[in-house]
Amino acid sequence: MPSRTKKNKTIDINFLPRVEGEGALHISLRDGQVAELRLEIFEPPRFFEAFLRGRDSREAPDLTARICGICPVAYQMSTVHAFEHLYGITIDPAVRALRRLYFCGEWIESHALHIHMLAAPDFLGCESVFAMAEQNRYAVERGLRIKKVGNAIVAALGGRSVHPVGACIGGFTRTPSREQMADLREQLLRIRGDAVECVRWVSGFDLPTVNRDIEFVSLSHPGEYPMNEGRIVSSKGIDSPIDDFDQVFEEHQVPYSNALHSMVRERGAYFVGPLARINLNFDRLGKDIQSLARETGIPWPNSNPYTSIVARALEVLYAIDEAVRVIDQYQPPSTPAVRFEMRAGVGRAITEAPRGSLYHFFETDDHGLIRSVRIVPPTSQNQARIESDLREMVPDIVQHPHAAATRMCEIAIRNYDPCISCSTHFLKLEIRKW
Amino acid sequence: MKPRVAVFKFASCDGCQLQFLNAEDELLKLAGQVDFAFFLEARSRALEGPYDIAFVEGSIATPDDARRIIRVREQSRYLITIGACATSGGIQALRNWADVEEYRRAVYPSPEFISTLSTSTPISEHVRVDFEIWGCPVDKNQLLAVVRSLLSKAQPVLPAYSVCMECKRRGNVCVVVARGEPCMGPVTRTGCGALCPSFNRGCYGCFGPSNDLNMASFARLLNQQGVAGDDAVRRLRAINGSMRPWRETADAIADEKK
Repeated sequence: MPSRTKKNKTIDINFLPRVEGEGALHISLRDGQVAELRLEIFEPPRFFEAFLRGRDSREAPDLTARICGICPVAYQMSTVHAFEHLYGITIDPAVRALRRLYFCGEWIESHALHIHMLAAPDFLGCESVFAMAEQNRYAVERGLRIKKVGNAIVAALGGRSVHPVGACIGGFTRTPSREQMADLREQLLRIRGDAVECVRWVSGFDLPTVNRDIEFVSLSHPGEYPMNEGRIVSSKGIDSPIDDFDQVFEEHQVPYSNALHSMVRERGAYFVGPLARINLNFDRLGKDIQSLARETGIPWPNSNPYTSIVARALEVLYAIDEAVRVIDQYQPPSTPAVRFEMRAGVGRAITEAPRGSLYHFFETDDHGLIRSVRIVPPTSQNQARIESDLREMVPDIVQHPHAAATRMCEIAIRNYDPCISCSTHFLKLEIRKW
Repeated sequence: MKPRVAVFKFASCDGCQLQFLNAEDELLKLAGQVDFAFFLEARSRALEGPYDIAFVEGSIATPDDARRIIRVREQSRYLITIGACATSGGIQALRNWADVEEYRRAVYPSPEFISTLSTSTPISEHVRVDFEIWGCPVDKNQLLAVVRSLLSKAQPVLPAYSVCMECKRRGNVCVVVARGEPCMGPVTRTGCGALCPSFNRGCYGCFGPSNDLNMASFARLLNQQGVAGDDAVRRLRAINGSMRPWRETADAIADEKK
């Protein structure tokens, strides 16, 4: 790795490990200034937005799920909601509650995966969860226990945790039995203590302390912590209906980068994900969780992106409590899915995927065949923000030896839990050998 | 010496390699039995080959990946594809019937930056494959069963017959007979546990074609159910659409329509 003088230096991470999907980072400095900074995504393009055209809208939830194996529920649900708006469908309140349960399952499994397998090893000086298990098997087993219950919830509603089959426009194809719900409840109560421990564990990590000028964006809902409904809000004053997504944000290409960056119009980079959700919706977490959050000593809201791991752990706990609440109040819907007529129109939806807001837009013809699609995944919304973080870090990075600098960059990127496989919108500029 | 295992990713969603990490009860034991020498999603340490077993997720969809898979093969004693993308070309093989130039322009504002092949193809079209695990995603238990076979130096075996057999065993009411619902089950490989019919819906073929299928009869069945023309083509051309028996039937229906 060439690292000539402090003033002229390059950092290359050719394969970013412990992220979902494949990406690389290239930073080069000339005269102490950043000459180039690229977070490269070399995921092969899969053209979802192109091949979805001409497909039947009823197939769409099964197809968009395939964008991401880690958060298929969010992909299915943004699709389902967009079509329900398009077709003017009103769902049964019990189905709405089941969908919150479905999201709770995905948040629990995805967050537990990220915390224990991808992020925590950084703070404990381990290269992987396997190495971490040799030092602290207890914490790894605790993480696996939590994750397993998240997967069990998704499987109860959809048959399996990766690309589940139960969600459809109008509801679910099957609703869970009371026995299944009782079983899930028991499993959830068994991991609640684990989740509390997990919050304390991650807030004890030696998290870098920074304070950045960040615009946080998430959904917000008057009565509940946001998952699949609400308005778009931000820490700098956005408060708009989901239908105005394109008026609020724009996607564009910048010459130095390989990705479509989503930006707040006339303002710039923004931040989506667990930290944004907690910052903007703290008072909608349960009272217990609010006090536990305060107990960590971290102020909420805060502008330190590295507290994301704590936000993630708090959301695991929220999702456990919310899932138990849904189960306790569960009354099976009169019908699992309502019937609907297909028609020409447009529909938009945002849901909160584990790693942030996920926007879908669909246009259909008279027969319900898809005419056009746009999908804006959380990672493409965070990409400009990640690059800004890295730019701000550069003056500090150059003071460190190469290995430490690499590690600092990786932590900064991993912190966003980027899901590079969600490659609907990523570009590729440079070919790198593995 | 523990066998050296590598997990490689090509064009895919990560869901199949995720099944290793979803083996919550077995993962730590497995990590004691094999050495994950290369598994980027799970670890920073990335060791060079040779590898005893390489699990390959994803299809070949870029010129670069077409070269990379050759190096993977050279370094791997036993190469196993995991999932629909690696085994059939996957959902992204829908481009195989399209004008990829038009796709590029439709999705990206600067299409010239996109390096892509005009097709998405299975690993077996590029290198020799020793074993294939089907499914979108692969079933965690099938994946672990294959690993166990290899650890005990036995040839892995997975059933290749139609999922209807499993559906009957589970005692499901047949969605075709009872509800007139179109179902890919009669021509789809078993492995998922007959999930879709258990969820009151027809199978959509995510495990690919079975080895005992009768496409002519299946096409007649679809027709009787009123599934014809584009509708029938869409059902066949989905997650494993480029697999020969399904592809040929879909192409024939599409030609007929013309």
